[in-house]
Amino acid sequence: MTWLPDNVDLVLRLTGTHLFQSVLPVVLGLLISIPLARLAAGSRWVRPLMVNGAALLYTIPSLTLFVVLPVVLGTRITSIVNVIVALTIYVVAILVRSCTDAFRSVDRSVLQAATAMGHTPWQRFWAVELPLAVPVMLAGVRTAVVANISMVSVGAVIGIQSLGTLFTDGLRRGIAEEILVGVVVTVVLAVGLDQILRLTGLVLTRWQRPGGRAGGRAGGRRRDPRGGRSDSAGTAGTGPAPDTTAGRIAATGGGA
Amino acid sequence: MNLLAGTWQWLVDPANWSGAGAIPSRILEHLAYSGIVMVVAVVVAVPLGLLVGHTGRGSGAVIGVSGALRALPTLGLLTLFSLLMGLGLVPPLLALVILAVPPILTATYAGVAEVSPQVKDAAKAQGMTPLQVLTRVEMPLALPVAMGGIRNAALQVIATATVAAYINLGGLGRYLIDGLAVRDYSRMLGSVLLVAVLALAIDAVLAALQRALTSPGIRASPAGAH
Repeated sequence: MTWLPDNVDLVLRLTGTHLFQSVLPVVLGLLISIPLARLAAGSRWVRPLMVNGAALLYTIPSLTLFVVLPVVLGTRITSIVNVIVALTIYVVAILVRSCTDAFRSVDRSVLQAATAMGHTPWQRFWAVELPLAVPVMLAGVRTAVVANISMVSVGAVIGIQSLGTLFTDGLRRGIAEEILVGVVVTVVLAVGLDQILRLTGLVLTRWQRPGGRAGGRAGGRRRDPRGGRSDSAGTAGTGPAPDTTAGRIAATGGGA
Repeated sequence: MNLLAGTWQWLVDPANWSGAGAIPSRILEHLAYSGIVMVVAVVVAVPLGLLVGHTGRGSGAVIGVSGALRALPTLGLLTLFSLLMGLGLVPPLLALVILAVPPILTATYAGVAEVSPQVKDAAKAQGMTPLQVLTRVEMPLALPVAMGGIRNAALQVIATATVAAYINLGGLGRYLIDGLAVRDYSRMLGSVLLVAVLALAIDAVLAALQRALTSPGIRASPAGAH
């Protein structure tokens, strides 16, 4: 253990830029996805278009985007702008699907009650629809954050600075400790952010807790919005057959 | 857009399409790495997912372990393994298997766990043994969700197999790493476009496989209605 004490500054600096590159895309992606998803949830037309389009985006390998984006954006190939734009695209691909599901999970009669009480559509969206969509939406956000944390490090292969730099540098110089530090810090970041989001979710959904189900882990969270609706199709509760990539991601995503 | 013209030239140059280290052999290497990884991952993850989904025991552990595995950065594992085990095929394949297991495991588990209890009760009432319930009821009903996990894993593996070239192996990543070394961006761009096309092609094949394997009884379920 000689490498770490001498390189604490480097690790901290790389952790900072790693966090920035993984969290900013989630914020940007959420700002883009919420209006798109609200549009998709309310329209029979837009929904398949948007959900399938998003799924297609997710099939593009991240390294591909890291190399293609400089051509499109005119940035340098080692610029973190490429990573931020690329990951924002992935976040949108994940969140358009899960936010659409989230808005569709909101009980229509609750919305009608809000309208009956005199809410304008704008008020109703902010006071009723959005808060009620949070639990399902949050599952997608958590998936996106964990995916981003691990994807950011891939940029190191083409020279973009992040915790992944510890992997490439450690391999080149033959220092296993350096790589190990990188792996551990990456996992700590992913688990830490995921827990912060989980707690944020608990705070944001305090209305849900009395009478809440025990053990609302990934499976339960996913079933929840659908279980609420009457399902007479006899599909044996398989939920939506996730035929699209984002659906698969949303379906398999869960707590770290 | 000089780069785009250069990329096109690289992609259509006949010299790049024949001989050792040419595009077809790199694609084959890429598919071989990905194929081995997917077979190992499916063999490990599917039975485990079926077991946990069927018995309902250990579901917390499955979600916890796959969450933790998901957080592990593949590039970190790859470099660490190759430093500790030396060069060769094992370090990258092991790192990629660790990447592929969580989506397959959670999807298989979720698919089986979500089969409605009424359906299982009905199967039991008709005299099916637990094994028959698993193979004739739970597995067919779980297949679309489980295949979703396998397709997700395949996409990630094909995309990430590119980094195998980082430790001196082949595959399409070879062009990316070599291109970067000599600042040949046309070659880099060309190779990553090939990876994207390969990923899409394999996903289309797996989608067709999924359709073919899905029981007619649930094929008509409104997948597109959601």
